[in-house]
Amino acid sequence: MEIFFEYFQLILFLFLLAVGFFVGRFLESQHYVSIRKREKALKKILAFATRYPPNLVDAQECRLVTGAVVISSDYFKQFVASLRNLVGGRFRGYESLFDRARREAIIRMKEDARRAGYSLIVNVKFETTSLSAGRQGAMPSFEILAFGTAIRPQRGMIG
Amino acid sequence: MSDILVSNIEVVPGRRVKTHLGLVQGSTVRAKHAGKDILAGLKNIVGGELKAYTELMQEAREEATDRMIKQAVSIGANGVLNVRYATTAVTMGAAEILAYGTAVVLE
Repeated sequence: MEIFFEYFQLILFLFLLAVGFFVGRFLESQHYVSIRKREKALKKILAFATRYPPNLVDAQECRLVTGAVVISSDYFKQFVASLRNLVGGRFRGYESLFDRARREAIIRMKEDARRAGYSLIVNVKFETTSLSAGRQGAMPSFEILAFGTAIRPQRGMIG
Repeated sequence: MSDILVSNIEVVPGRRVKTHLGLVQGSTVRAKHAGKDILAGLKNIVGGELKAYTELMQEAREEATDRMIKQAVSIGANGVLNVRYATTAVTMGAAEILAYGTAVVLE
């Protein structure tokens, strides 16, 4: 028992690391499954980064649509990232985090468009803001926003 | 508020801009709820989406957009074009959200 108290901090650290690793990993794979499923369901909603709608489309209505998500790192990834900082290089753990968040934001934007009956979004932009910046020792968390203009083609989409 | 057209492109396909009324903006500063912050702290261990914050930011963005639209309406516009958003984390757990765009009168 004494040993337990002596090493309490270390044990807690290892416990959080293990929880972060296993649960975080599980949640990430679950999230990817859900992302892929919803992306498939939203295939018909087209999103373009171009400024103007394709010439073929004669819009009659348009509206701003947005999708946002706040996502945070897990304990394990944060620890690995702090080690990674020493040597530099790419860090896959955070890459997948950003990838998930961006795709989620796009999905929500498309859902917003679909709810309002639109099937085409142009001028899609991303905004990324760190919510943990300036907080000492805070877990990295950030917000990703995707927004664009949904337009309704006058006589059905061509092509 | 649905009678006013809000978009982030500079032209509205099929409609002509009659008058430009200049820049309109709306902003809000929101702080995190302490209780939610603690819950989010726990969620931080396993990572993933922080739903409470997503909602908070979404509400704040709607508020900022509404204020921008109100300003546009008050100067007689019926559309806001080229809308952009900017978000800045101010201090511990507070963020400012700004929405701005060009107010116009459309034909």
